[in-house]
Amino acid sequence: MNSATFAYLSDFIKDRSGLVLSEEKQYLVETRLLPVARKHDITNLDALATALRTPFSGDLATDVIEAMTTNETFFFRDMTPFDNLKETVLPALMKSRTSGRLRIWCAAASSGQEPYSIAIVLKELGAKAAGFTFDIIGTDLSMEVLERAKAATYSQFEVQRGLPVNLLLKYFSQNGDTWQVNQDIRSMVQFRPLNLLRDFSALGVFDIVFCRNVLIYFDRETKTDVLARLAKQMTPDGFLVLGAAETVVGITEAFRPMAGKRGLYQNSLTPAATPREHLKLSVG
Amino acid sequence: MRTCLVVDDSSVIRKVARRIIEDMEFSIVEAEDGEQALGHCVESMPDVVLLDWNMPVMDGLMFLQELRTLPGGEAPQVIFCTTENDVGQIARAMRAGANEYIMKPFDRDIIESKFSQTGLI
Repeated sequence: MNSATFAYLSDFIKDRSGLVLSEEKQYLVETRLLPVARKHDITNLDALATALRTPFSGDLATDVIEAMTTNETFFFRDMTPFDNLKETVLPALMKSRTSGRLRIWCAAASSGQEPYSIAIVLKELGAKAAGFTFDIIGTDLSMEVLERAKAATYSQFEVQRGLPVNLLLKYFSQNGDTWQVNQDIRSMVQFRPLNLLRDFSALGVFDIVFCRNVLIYFDRETKTDVLARLAKQMTPDGFLVLGAAETVVGITEAFRPMAGKRGLYQNSLTPAATPREHLKLSVG
Repeated sequence: MRTCLVVDDSSVIRKVARRIIEDMEFSIVEAEDGEQALGHCVESMPDVVLLDWNMPVMDGLMFLQELRTLPGGEAPQVIFCTTENDVGQIARAMRAGANEYIMKPFDRDIIESKFSQTGLI
Protein backbone atom coordinates (compact mmCIF):
# COMPACT_ATOMS: atom_id res chain seq x y z
CA MET A 1 0.00 0.00 0.00
CA ASN A 2 1.53 3.31 -0.99
CA SER A 3 1.27 6.41 1.21
CA ALA A 4 -1.32 8.04 -1.05
CA THR A 5 -3.55 4.96 -0.69
CA PHE A 6 -3.22 5.00 3.10
CA ALA A 7 -4.04 8.73 3.15
CA TYR A 8 -7.10 8.18 0.95
CA LEU A 9 -8.35 5.17 2.94
CA SER A 10 -7.86 6.86 6.31
CA ASP A 11 -9.76 9.98 5.09
CA PHE A 12 -12.51 7.80 3.63
CA ILE A 13 -12.88 5.80 6.87
CA LYS A 14 -12.81 8.90 9.11
CA ASP A 15 -15.43 10.61 6.97
CA ARG A 16 -17.81 7.63 7.10
CA SER A 17 -17.26 6.35 10.64
CA GLY A 18 -15.27 8.91 12.63
CA LEU A 19 -12.50 6.35 13.13
CA VAL A 20 -9.14 8.13 13.20
CA LEU A 21 -6.21 6.09 11.85
CA SER A 22 -2.69 7.37 12.48
CA GLU A 23 0.30 6.21 10.37
CA GLU A 24 1.19 3.46 12.85
CA LYS A 25 -2.23 1.86 12.23
CA GLN A 26 -1.23 0.96 8.67
CA TYR A 27 -0.91 -2.70 9.74
CA LEU A 28 -4.51 -2.61 11.02
CA VAL A 29 -5.78 -1.30 7.69
CA GLU A 30 -3.89 -4.04 5.84
CA THR A 31 -5.07 -6.81 8.20
CA ARG A 32 -8.71 -5.76 8.04
CA LEU A 33 -9.00 -4.69 4.39
CA LEU A 34 -7.03 -7.35 2.50
CA PRO A 35 -9.83 -9.91 3.13
CA VAL A 36 -12.35 -7.32 1.86
CA ALA A 37 -10.24 -6.80 -1.28
CA ARG A 38 -10.10 -10.57 -1.85
CA LYS A 39 -13.87 -10.86 -1.42
CA HIS A 40 -14.38 -8.27 -4.17
CA ASP A 41 -11.71 -9.82 -6.47
CA ILE A 42 -9.42 -6.83 -6.00
CA THR A 43 -5.70 -7.61 -6.04
CA ASN A 44 -4.36 -5.15 -3.47
CA LEU A 45 -5.22 -2.11 -1.35
CA ASP A 46 -4.05 0.40 -3.97
CA ALA A 47 -6.60 -1.11 -6.36
CA LEU A 48 -9.19 -1.15 -3.57
CA ALA A 49 -8.73 2.60 -3.04
CA THR A 50 -9.17 3.16 -6.77
CA ALA A 51 -12.35 1.06 -6.74
CA LEU A 52 -13.75 3.09 -3.83
CA ARG A 53 -13.36 6.28 -5.88
CA THR A 54 -15.65 4.96 -8.63
CA PRO A 55 -19.43 5.43 -8.60
CA PHE A 56 -21.48 2.37 -7.55
CA SER A 57 -18.91 1.35 -4.91
CA GLY A 58 -21.66 1.11 -2.28
CA ASP A 59 -21.24 -2.55 -1.27
CA LEU A 60 -17.47 -2.25 -1.22
CA ALA A 61 -17.68 0.94 0.87
CA THR A 62 -20.00 -0.78 3.35
CA ASP A 63 -17.67 -3.77 3.64
CA VAL A 64 -14.65 -1.49 4.18
CA ILE A 65 -16.36 0.46 6.97
CA GLU A 66 -17.69 -2.71 8.62
CA ALA A 67 -14.28 -4.39 8.50
CA MET A 68 -12.59 -1.38 10.08
CA THR A 69 -15.13 -0.72 12.81
CA THR A 70 -16.00 -4.24 13.98
CA ASN A 71 -14.31 -5.20 17.22
CA GLU A 72 -14.33 -8.36 19.25
CA THR A 73 -16.44 -8.21 22.35
CA PHE A 74 -17.69 -10.60 25.00
CA PHE A 75 -20.33 -11.01 27.67
CA PHE A 76 -19.86 -8.87 30.81
CA ARG A 77 -16.74 -7.36 29.29
CA ASP A 78 -14.57 -5.76 32.02
CA MET A 79 -17.28 -6.56 34.64
CA THR A 80 -16.96 -3.16 36.43
CA PRO A 81 -19.55 -1.38 34.22
CA PHE A 82 -22.08 -4.10 35.02
CA ASP A 83 -21.28 -3.94 38.75
CA ASN A 84 -21.75 -0.16 38.55
CA LEU A 85 -25.06 -0.66 36.74
CA LYS A 86 -26.30 -3.07 39.41
CA GLU A 87 -24.92 -1.35 42.50
CA THR A 88 -25.07 2.37 41.67
CA VAL A 89 -26.99 3.30 38.52
CA LEU A 90 -30.14 1.22 38.85
CA PRO A 91 -30.61 1.81 42.60
CA ALA A 92 -30.28 5.58 42.05
CA LEU A 93 -32.74 5.70 39.16
CA MET A 94 -35.20 3.31 40.79
CA LYS A 95 -35.09 5.34 43.99
CA SER A 96 -35.85 8.62 42.25
CA ARG A 97 -38.52 7.24 39.89
CA THR A 98 -40.17 4.54 42.10
CA SER A 99 -41.86 3.08 38.97
CA GLY A 100 -42.09 3.42 35.20
CA ARG A 101 -39.99 2.82 32.13
CA LEU A 102 -36.19 3.01 32.05
CA ARG A 103 -34.58 3.32 28.61
CA ILE A 104 -31.05 2.05 28.04
CA TRP A 105 -28.97 2.60 24.90
CA CYS A 106 -25.94 0.54 23.90
CA ALA A 107 -24.33 2.80 21.33
CA ALA A 108 -21.81 0.21 20.12
CA ALA A 109 -23.79 -2.99 20.47
CA SER A 110 -21.58 -4.98 18.09
CA SER A 111 -22.68 -8.63 18.03
CA GLY A 112 -25.00 -8.15 21.00
CA GLN A 113 -23.02 -9.36 24.00
CA GLU A 114 -23.22 -6.02 25.83
CA PRO A 115 -27.00 -5.40 25.51
CA TYR A 116 -27.74 -9.02 26.39
CA SER A 117 -25.44 -8.76 29.43
CA ILE A 118 -27.41 -5.68 30.51
CA ALA A 119 -30.70 -7.55 29.97
CA ILE A 120 -29.40 -10.40 32.16
CA VAL A 121 -28.44 -7.94 34.93
CA LEU A 122 -31.98 -6.50 34.79
CA LYS A 123 -33.59 -9.94 34.78
CA GLU A 124 -31.48 -10.96 37.80
CA LEU A 125 -32.98 -8.03 39.76
CA GLY A 126 -36.21 -10.02 39.88
CA ALA A 127 -38.68 -8.62 42.37
CA LYS A 128 -36.42 -5.66 43.14
CA ALA A 129 -37.39 -4.25 39.74
CA ALA A 130 -41.15 -4.61 40.37
CA GLY A 131 -43.04 -1.68 38.86
CA PHE A 132 -40.36 -0.99 36.24
CA THR A 133 -40.14 -1.88 32.59
CA PHE A 134 -36.90 -1.70 30.64
CA ASP A 135 -36.21 -0.88 27.00
CA ILE A 136 -32.76 -1.70 25.69
CA ILE A 137 -31.78 -0.35 22.28
CA GLY A 138 -28.58 -1.66 20.71
CA THR A 139 -27.14 0.27 17.79
CA ASP A 140 -24.08 -0.23 15.64
CA LEU A 141 -22.64 1.05 12.40
CA SER A 142 -22.26 -2.45 11.01
CA MET A 143 -25.33 -4.23 9.61
CA GLU A 144 -23.39 -7.49 9.61
CA VAL A 145 -22.78 -7.52 13.36
CA LEU A 146 -26.36 -6.43 14.02
CA GLU A 147 -27.61 -9.47 12.12
CA ARG A 148 -25.44 -11.61 14.39
CA ALA A 149 -26.77 -9.72 17.41
CA LYS A 150 -30.38 -10.37 16.40
CA ALA A 151 -29.66 -14.06 15.85
CA ALA A 152 -28.24 -14.13 19.41
CA THR A 153 -26.36 -17.34 18.67
CA TYR A 154 -22.82 -17.67 19.98
CA SER A 155 -20.02 -20.18 19.76
CA GLN A 156 -18.78 -22.22 22.71
CA PHE A 157 -15.74 -19.90 22.88
CA GLU A 158 -17.90 -16.76 22.95
CA VAL A 159 -20.17 -17.90 25.77
CA GLN A 160 -17.20 -18.80 27.94
CA ARG A 161 -15.50 -15.41 27.77
CA GLY A 162 -16.94 -13.41 30.63
CA LEU A 163 -20.20 -15.28 31.14
CA PRO A 164 -20.48 -17.24 34.42
CA VAL A 165 -21.69 -20.80 33.83
CA ASN A 166 -24.74 -20.39 36.08
CA LEU A 167 -25.98 -17.56 33.82
CA LEU A 168 -25.22 -19.67 30.74
CA LEU A 169 -27.43 -22.45 32.09
CA LYS A 170 -30.16 -20.02 33.10
CA TYR A 171 -30.44 -17.77 30.05
CA PHE A 172 -29.16 -19.76 27.04
CA SER A 173 -30.28 -22.83 25.10
CA GLN A 174 -27.77 -25.25 23.69
CA ASN A 175 -27.95 -26.22 20.04
CA GLY A 176 -25.04 -28.54 19.27
CA ASP A 177 -21.86 -26.51 19.66
CA THR A 178 -23.67 -23.16 19.72
CA TRP A 179 -25.72 -21.43 22.37
CA GLN A 180 -28.66 -19.09 21.80
CA VAL A 181 -29.87 -16.41 24.18
CA ASN A 182 -33.34 -17.35 25.40
CA GLN A 183 -36.38 -15.52 24.07
CA ASP A 184 -37.19 -13.80 27.39
CA ILE A 185 -33.81 -12.01 27.24
CA ARG A 186 -33.88 -11.46 23.46
CA SER A 187 -37.25 -9.78 23.68
CA MET A 188 -35.83 -7.11 26.01
CA VAL A 189 -33.44 -5.81 23.33
CA GLN A 190 -34.06 -4.08 19.98
CA PHE A 191 -31.30 -3.53 17.43
CA ARG A 192 -30.99 -0.72 14.89
CA PRO A 193 -28.23 0.45 12.53
CA LEU A 194 -26.85 3.84 13.49
CA ASN A 195 -23.83 6.01 12.76
CA LEU A 196 -22.90 8.13 15.79
CA LEU A 197 -21.60 10.84 13.46
CA ARG A 198 -25.12 11.43 12.18
CA ASP A 199 -28.16 12.83 13.98
CA PHE A 200 -29.52 10.31 16.50
CA SER A 201 -32.24 12.42 18.10
CA ALA A 202 -34.94 10.15 16.61
CA LEU A 203 -33.93 7.41 19.09
CA GLY A 204 -35.53 9.43 21.88
CA VAL A 205 -34.34 10.09 25.42
CA PHE A 206 -32.43 7.58 27.56
CA ASP A 207 -31.79 7.11 31.27
CA ILE A 208 -28.60 5.12 30.75
CA VAL A 209 -26.19 5.16 27.81
CA PHE A 210 -23.41 2.61 27.35
CA CYS A 211 -20.93 4.05 24.86
CA ARG A 212 -17.86 1.97 25.54
CA ASN A 213 -14.67 1.77 23.52
CA VAL A 214 -16.01 3.96 20.73
CA LEU A 215 -14.78 7.44 21.59
CA ILE A 216 -11.16 6.27 21.70
CA TYR A 217 -11.25 5.96 17.91
CA PHE A 218 -12.52 9.52 17.37
CA ASP A 219 -10.56 12.76 17.23
CA ARG A 220 -11.14 15.36 19.93
CA GLU A 221 -13.57 17.44 17.90
CA THR A 222 -15.73 14.41 17.10
CA LYS A 223 -15.68 13.25 20.75
CA THR A 224 -16.89 16.67 21.91
CA ASP A 225 -19.65 16.70 19.30
CA VAL A 226 -20.85 13.15 20.06
CA LEU A 227 -20.82 13.72 23.84
CA ALA A 228 -22.75 17.00 23.49
CA ARG A 229 -25.42 15.29 21.41
CA LEU A 230 -25.50 12.31 23.80
CA ALA A 231 -26.17 14.66 26.71
CA LYS A 232 -29.19 16.07 24.85
CA GLN A 233 -30.62 12.55 24.47
CA MET A 234 -30.39 11.80 28.18
CA THR A 235 -32.61 12.53 31.15
CA PRO A 236 -31.24 15.15 33.58
CA ASP A 237 -30.43 12.37 36.07
CA GLY A 238 -29.09 10.02 33.39
CA PHE A 239 -25.89 7.99 33.54
CA LEU A 240 -23.24 7.56 30.86
CA VAL A 241 -20.96 4.51 30.85
CA LEU A 242 -17.67 4.78 28.96
CA GLY A 243 -14.81 2.32 28.45
CA ALA A 244 -12.04 2.08 31.04
CA ALA A 245 -9.60 3.91 28.75
CA GLU A 246 -12.02 6.75 27.96
CA THR A 247 -12.89 9.96 29.75
CA VAL A 248 -14.95 13.13 29.34
CA VAL A 249 -12.47 15.18 31.36
CA GLY A 250 -11.06 18.01 29.28
CA ILE A 251 -13.42 17.17 26.42
CA THR A 252 -16.86 18.27 27.56
CA GLU A 253 -18.65 19.82 30.53
CA ALA A 254 -21.84 17.93 29.66
CA PHE A 255 -20.96 15.01 31.95
CA ARG A 256 -19.38 14.74 35.37
CA PRO A 257 -17.24 11.75 36.50
CA MET A 258 -18.63 9.91 39.53
CA ALA A 259 -16.07 9.72 42.32
CA GLY A 260 -14.67 6.22 42.81
CA LYS A 261 -16.66 4.79 39.87
CA ARG A 262 -14.34 4.32 36.95
CA GLY A 263 -15.98 4.85 33.57
CA LEU A 264 -19.25 6.11 35.08
CA TYR A 265 -20.50 9.66 34.44
CA GLN A 266 -23.59 11.62 35.33
CA ASN A 267 -25.34 14.19 33.25
CA SER A 268 -24.09 17.56 34.53
CA LEU A 269 -27.69 18.60 35.03
CA THR A 270 -27.84 16.16 38.01
CA PRO A 271 -27.08 17.79 41.36
CA ALA A 272 -23.91 16.20 42.81
CA ALA A 273 -24.70 13.68 45.57
CA THR A 274 -22.71 13.77 48.77
CA PRO A 275 -20.52 10.70 49.49
CA ARG A 276 -22.99 9.73 52.26
CA GLU A 277 -25.86 9.72 49.76
CA HIS A 278 -23.87 7.48 47.40
CA LEU A 279 -23.38 4.98 50.22
CA LYS A 280 -27.12 4.70 50.71
CA LEU A 281 -27.67 3.58 47.12
CA SER A 282 -27.78 -0.16 46.87
CA VAL A 283 -30.27 -2.61 45.41
CA GLY A 284 -32.43 -4.14 48.08
CA MET B 1 1.88 -18.00 46.42
CA ARG B 2 -1.48 -19.67 45.88
CA THR B 3 -1.65 -23.17 44.46
CA CYS B 4 -3.59 -24.61 41.55
CA LEU B 5 -3.98 -28.36 41.20
CA VAL B 6 -4.29 -29.29 37.51
CA VAL B 7 -5.95 -32.69 37.11
CA ASP B 8 -5.96 -34.16 33.60
CA ASP B 9 -4.79 -37.45 32.11
CA SER B 10 -3.35 -35.58 29.11
CA SER B 11 0.17 -34.30 29.73
CA VAL B 12 -0.32 -31.82 26.86
CA ILE B 13 -3.38 -30.26 28.51
CA ARG B 14 -1.55 -30.10 31.85
CA LYS B 15 1.38 -28.36 30.20
CA VAL B 16 -0.81 -25.80 28.39
CA ALA B 17 -2.85 -25.10 31.53
CA ARG B 18 0.33 -24.80 33.64
CA ARG B 19 1.75 -22.19 31.26
CA ILE B 20 -1.42 -20.05 31.42
CA ILE B 21 -2.06 -20.37 35.16
CA GLU B 22 1.57 -19.80 36.18
CA ASP B 23 1.32 -16.44 34.39
CA MET B 24 -1.49 -15.58 36.85
CA GLU B 25 1.00 -16.15 39.68
CA PHE B 26 -0.19 -19.53 40.92
CA SER B 27 2.17 -22.40 41.70
CA ILE B 28 1.08 -25.58 39.93
CA VAL B 29 0.70 -29.13 41.19
CA GLU B 30 -0.22 -31.77 38.61
CA ALA B 31 -2.19 -35.01 38.88
CA GLU B 32 -3.16 -37.40 36.10
CA ASP B 33 -6.28 -38.88 37.71
CA GLY B 34 -8.73 -38.24 40.54
CA GLU B 35 -7.06 -40.62 43.00
CA GLN B 36 -3.66 -38.98 42.61
CA ALA B 37 -5.37 -35.57 42.95
CA LEU B 38 -7.08 -36.62 46.22
CA GLY B 39 -3.68 -37.65 47.58
CA HIS B 40 -2.34 -34.16 46.86
CA CYS B 41 -5.38 -32.58 48.56
CA VAL B 42 -4.96 -34.69 51.72
CA GLU B 43 -1.33 -33.59 51.86
CA SER B 44 -2.00 -29.92 51.14
CA MET B 45 -5.30 -28.35 50.11
CA PRO B 46 -4.92 -26.24 46.94
CA ASP B 47 -6.68 -22.89 46.40
CA VAL B 48 -8.15 -23.99 43.09
CA VAL B 49 -8.55 -27.23 41.13
CA LEU B 50 -8.74 -27.30 37.33
CA LEU B 51 -10.46 -30.62 36.78
CA ASP B 52 -10.95 -32.93 33.79
CA TRP B 53 -14.01 -35.21 33.81
CA ASN B 54 -13.02 -38.41 32.00
CA MET B 55 -9.90 -39.91 33.52
CA PRO B 56 -8.78 -43.46 34.37
CA VAL B 57 -8.78 -44.81 37.97
CA MET B 58 -11.07 -42.04 39.35
CA ASP B 59 -13.00 -39.56 37.19
CA GLY B 60 -13.46 -35.86 37.90
CA LEU B 61 -16.99 -36.08 39.27
CA MET B 62 -16.06 -38.78 41.79
CA PHE B 63 -12.96 -36.80 42.80
CA LEU B 64 -15.13 -33.71 43.40
CA GLN B 65 -17.59 -35.63 45.56
CA GLU B 66 -14.73 -37.11 47.62
CA LEU B 67 -12.94 -33.76 47.87
CA ARG B 68 -15.98 -32.01 49.35
CA THR B 69 -16.12 -34.58 52.19
CA LEU B 70 -12.48 -34.01 53.21
CA PRO B 71 -11.64 -31.66 56.12
CA GLY B 72 -11.14 -28.27 54.42
CA GLY B 73 -12.34 -29.80 51.15
CA GLU B 74 -15.12 -27.25 50.77
CA ALA B 75 -12.59 -24.44 50.40
CA PRO B 76 -10.95 -24.93 46.99
CA GLN B 77 -12.62 -23.40 43.96
CA VAL B 78 -13.20 -26.25 41.52
CA ILE B 79 -13.32 -25.43 37.82
CA PHE B 80 -14.22 -28.32 35.54
CA CYS B 81 -12.30 -28.30 32.27
CA THR B 82 -13.61 -31.02 30.00
CA THR B 83 -14.83 -32.02 26.56
CA GLU B 84 -18.18 -32.89 28.16
CA ASN B 85 -20.23 -29.93 26.88
CA ASP B 86 -23.82 -31.09 27.24
CA VAL B 87 -26.04 -28.83 29.30
CA GLY B 88 -27.15 -31.79 31.44
CA GLN B 89 -23.56 -32.69 32.31
CA ILE B 90 -22.71 -29.09 33.15
CA ALA B 91 -25.70 -28.90 35.48
CA ARG B 92 -24.68 -32.21 37.09
CA ALA B 93 -21.16 -30.93 37.76
CA MET B 94 -22.50 -27.73 39.31
CA ARG B 95 -24.88 -29.69 41.56
CA ALA B 96 -21.93 -31.83 42.69
CA GLY B 97 -20.17 -28.73 43.97
CA ALA B 98 -18.18 -27.30 41.05
CA ASN B 99 -17.75 -23.53 41.06
CA GLU B 100 -17.22 -22.98 37.34
CA TYR B 101 -17.09 -24.96 34.12
CA ILE B 102 -14.88 -24.78 31.04
CA MET B 103 -15.78 -26.62 27.85
CA LYS B 104 -12.68 -27.70 25.94
CA PRO B 105 -11.03 -26.49 23.82
CA PHE B 106 -10.05 -23.51 25.97
CA ASP B 107 -7.73 -20.57 25.55
CA ARG B 108 -6.00 -18.08 27.83
CA ASP B 109 -9.01 -15.68 27.78
CA ILE B 110 -11.40 -18.37 28.97
CA ILE B 111 -9.15 -19.55 31.81
CA GLU B 112 -8.58 -15.96 32.95
CA SER B 113 -12.28 -15.21 32.69
CA LYS B 114 -13.23 -18.20 34.86
CA PHE B 115 -10.53 -17.45 37.43
CA SER B 116 -11.81 -13.88 37.58
CA GLN B 117 -15.46 -14.94 38.00
CA THR B 118 -14.56 -17.17 40.92
CA GLY B 119 -12.66 -14.33 42.59
CA LEU B 120 -9.26 -15.96 42.15
CA ILE B 121 -7.78 -13.00 40.26
